[in-house]
Amino acid sequence: MASVNQLIGVSIAYVVFLFAVAFFAERAAASGRRGWLGSPLVYTLSLSIYCTAWTFYGAVGYAARSGMEFVTIYLGPSLVMIGWWWVLRKLVRIGRAQRATSVADLISARYGKSNTLAIVVTIMSVIGVTPYIALQLQSVTLSLSIFAGPDDAGGFSQPGGAFWIAVGLAVFTVLFGTRNLNANERHDGVVIAIAVEAVVKLVALMAVGIFVVWGIAGGIGPMMERINTSPIGEWNVDRSRWVALTALSAAAFLCLPRMFQVLVVENQDERHLQIASWAFPLYLLLMSLFVVPIAVVGLDLMPAGSNPDLFVLTVPLAEGRIGLATLSFLGGFSSATSMVIVATLALATMVSNHVVMPVWLNAQGNGASVSGDVRNVVIFARRTSILVIIGFGYLYYRFSGGGAALAAIGLISFVGVAQFLPAMLGGIFWRGATRTGALSGLIVGFVIWVYCSLLPSFGPDVVLSRELFEVGPWGVGLLRPEALFGIEGLDATVHAVVWSLTLNTFAFVVMSLMTFPGPLERLQGAQFVNVFDHSTQTRGWDAAFATSEDLMIMSQRILGPTEAQNLFRAEARKQGVRGHLPEPTQAFLQHLERELAASVGSATAHAMISQLVGGASVSVQDLMAVADESAQILEYSNQLEAKSAELSRTAGQLREANDKLTALSVQKDAFLSQISHELRTPMTSIRSFTEILRDTEGLGQVEKTKYASIIHGETIRLTRLLDALLDLSVLENGQVNLNVESGRLSEVLDKSIVTAQAGAMRPLTIKRRHLDEAIILTTDLDRLNQVFINLITNAQKYCAAQTPILTIEVHRNGENVSVVFADNGIPIPVQSRALIFEKFARIKDTEGDGAGLGLAICREIMTRLGGNIRYAPDLEGNAFVIDLPRSAAMAAQ
Amino acid sequence: MKPPSKPAIFLERSGYRQRRMMDALRVLPVLGVFLWMFPLFWPTGPAEHGIAEPVKMSSAVIYVFGVWVLLIAMSFGLRRILRATLEQEAAEVEEASGGEAR
Amino acid sequence: MDKHVLLVEDEMNIIEAIRFLLSREGWRVDTHSDGATAVEIIRKLRPTLVVLDYMLPGKNGLDILLELRNDPDFVNLPVLMLTARGQLRDREQAEKAGVSRFMTKPFSNTEVVTAVRDLVQLAR
Repeated sequence: MASVNQLIGVSIAYVVFLFAVAFFAERAAASGRRGWLGSPLVYTLSLSIYCTAWTFYGAVGYAARSGMEFVTIYLGPSLVMIGWWWVLRKLVRIGRAQRATSVADLISARYGKSNTLAIVVTIMSVIGVTPYIALQLQSVTLSLSIFAGPDDAGGFSQPGGAFWIAVGLAVFTVLFGTRNLNANERHDGVVIAIAVEAVVKLVALMAVGIFVVWGIAGGIGPMMERINTSPIGEWNVDRSRWVALTALSAAAFLCLPRMFQVLVVENQDERHLQIASWAFPLYLLLMSLFVVPIAVVGLDLMPAGSNPDLFVLTVPLAEGRIGLATLSFLGGFSSATSMVIVATLALATMVSNHVVMPVWLNAQGNGASVSGDVRNVVIFARRTSILVIIGFGYLYYRFSGGGAALAAIGLISFVGVAQFLPAMLGGIFWRGATRTGALSGLIVGFVIWVYCSLLPSFGPDVVLSRELFEVGPWGVGLLRPEALFGIEGLDATVHAVVWSLTLNTFAFVVMSLMTFPGPLERLQGAQFVNVFDHSTQTRGWDAAFATSEDLMIMSQRILGPTEAQNLFRAEARKQGVRGHLPEPTQAFLQHLERELAASVGSATAHAMISQLVGGASVSVQDLMAVADESAQILEYSNQLEAKSAELSRTAGQLREANDKLTALSVQKDAFLSQISHELRTPMTSIRSFTEILRDTEGLGQVEKTKYASIIHGETIRLTRLLDALLDLSVLENGQVNLNVESGRLSEVLDKSIVTAQAGAMRPLTIKRRHLDEAIILTTDLDRLNQVFINLITNAQKYCAAQTPILTIEVHRNGENVSVVFADNGIPIPVQSRALIFEKFARIKDTEGDGAGLGLAICREIMTRLGGNIRYAPDLEGNAFVIDLPRSAAMAAQ
Repeated sequence: MKPPSKPAIFLERSGYRQRRMMDALRVLPVLGVFLWMFPLFWPTGPAEHGIAEPVKMSSAVIYVFGVWVLLIAMSFGLRRILRATLEQEAAEVEEASGGEAR
Repeated sequence: MDKHVLLVEDEMNIIEAIRFLLSREGWRVDTHSDGATAVEIIRKLRPTLVVLDYMLPGKNGLDILLELRNDPDFVNLPVLMLTARGQLRDREQAEKAGVSRFMTKPFSNTEVVTAVRDLVQLAR
């Protein structure tokens, strides 16, 4: 038989080994060689702190007493992991986005960074988890005492052993848990150590299981026979407990501070969670695979009345397998120590961030802006918290007497932490959840838990009197702690779970519905619930009052000088600012707050920054962005705006149309006046001279001839005008028949020039390049001729140069052909250019017998021919460009 | 994955399949709850009341662990199938937050 | 009494006709075709009567009339205005501006001669 001293020696060696592993892991992480440290395997194994000594030893005892019911403790977490997509994914995303350091921090951050809430959660956690720590201490000492045996009784005192174990755990936790202040830098050493312990406990339990099945029972078949004939050989599970315990373990898995620590805080990569979604259920399956066989064999082999909780140890011992028993002991030891370390770490973070730091900051008066290194204070607070919590655990163990009361504490602790569930799930899925609601739910749940579960667990007449159990407080039967509202006959745990969680949820929902969240709460609520929407920039600081220096000083105190300087320098570089002090922009303040939150918790970080920044921490714009309602209002007003914009657009169009109509009407008047003028003027001469010829006696032959030719000229003019008007009218109405034929451009030009110059008064020099004109056109050549004549005639009439010169150029640009008529006259004034193609538009200064319809007709013709005529301003004179229709030009190729 | 011989149809199908697999991943815990709560329908207690024989412990163990294995296998398999989608999503988050976290 | 008329008109044939008619009545006829410089010429020549076309290059007849009526020297100068535009509004505007007589082209010769005689009588 192994002596206790040997066993203690093995334990110490094991602990030294763990220290070494943790140390080298930290070293590797510090030098950037994370490698397999950050692997999904390590993450999965670290989750195994769910399996404490209570489950390592206790599961077998549980199975020996209640058959398969023990497995519910594993089913809940398995379901949560398999359903990771629903809750864990969001929880991890939020936790990391908000740099949450603990459950308390997460809940506090969600509900407007309320420190009250953080404190309540912290206190509840401490009360719920400390007994659990005591349970671990008890299990280790109990297992040691098994080895001590009756002949060794004097050599080992249980309380003394527990004390030294507590000291060892405290040292380990302080060393590896508070080396880094920033909780988000992760405790690589701790994580790797608990991963190693996870392997040890799995191997140990499976080794015992394999020994039992194949070594004692003789294989799977005989084992099954043995199971069926054992006292637990029939399915006999309390249905309500089956459901309630599965749900409870699922809830606890999410809410336990130590589980939050490994699931969320220590998570390095969301992909690890995805892998753990099947790997961790597998781990749990393996952990529970041999529980029933060990229990059955233990019940069979061990004398009646032996503690089934220790079958894992006593069965190998009874069979003389010292090595196996030692391994089993190490497994239990691993379970206990890993749980204590992580649970203490998680609790210490909560206590220091939410209780010690705020108190200290308050005591400092001016808070963040005064006094020395906050960093040291935080580390000191955290170390003290660790010592205090483990101390509590030890004291609890001592004073509870280490009796059966402790054994029940596992489930009771679960019920306690499960009270966080409504506030947590409500917070991440329901925007309407408020701080008051969360606080009410938590307090209601907590009170019911204490009253119906924690206090009764000590038994009658320990804390609560027997009388109270039987008749209720003040004789009110409805308030009996194990039969609330007169519901009797329920299992105590089920009773506590149902009432505490129901009333908790009820209070949470009702109070949330009745109260109105503050602005910061609503901002945070939106960020939590919509964490997958990538909308991160909603809340902010009014940066006006904070100076970068102040922020730098504060950050140095919390993050440490190097960290803080790196952070500030990186930000400065990002902002493009010279030097190492960035502008205190909103984005930077938010970023900084999150960094600080990772060290001191979000409520404290928020408080510290708000002290520096001063005044209101939420600006009007932020408020606008807070809630759905305002977003909807914004959207609505946007719609209104759009509508009114549309209306004004319509109004604008109407106004435009009206302007156009008015302009048209003016044009019509002008046109009529012009027509009238153009018609009446020749008629005036005609009338006048005919009257002269008629009424004047004694007119000479010369005069008669002269007047008659005037009349003649004027009638021709009238005819021409009418022709032009008709022509234009036909062209405008599109009634024209085009007479399409092919011909050379040069020939068309020749003809035009001849016609235009016939009978011209003033000489006009025309310059051409015949080579360019060798193009065959297919179009209405007569109409084109008409246009050319018009342009040449215009040049003749209006070119004011001493020696008028008209240059006709033909340009080919790919398929496009244009003919340019450029004269060397005085350019048309800019303001008149827009009008020259209008009907009757004559440049006022010029004289001429044209009706002002020529260019209007030209334009119409070119449009009909599918081409274009435009005025090209020219320094030297006027140029008209005729763009020939593409089809016509193409035919010329 | 199949070779991209008919890209258009193939992509469409694979996208559809991916979405359905995602649905499967989401309903998996529901299946788990159902299967593990199924023993509630098993008879308990002594058989003399004329009700059916209670289920043997070995069968119960095999059932519960069988469901467990099934769920783990499905969870594993679905993640395998959806690996690209899931990892991409997670990787985006890592990139977005990773830069400032470390 | 000097019978001196200034004819402001840009149509050569109409100038010819009116010159013929008024010369026979014993008028000395001067002509001018540019609206822009018309007022200047009137100031220089100081005619007894002005026959003014409405549509002139440079400046229209109405503007010339307004300018004349703003000048104390020409407030009572008889002005016969001719127009081919046939717009009722033109007549109203011209009468408002103080035209002595407004006639629409084409006019009858007798009408013009009578109007000129009347205007000279009135001016006396």
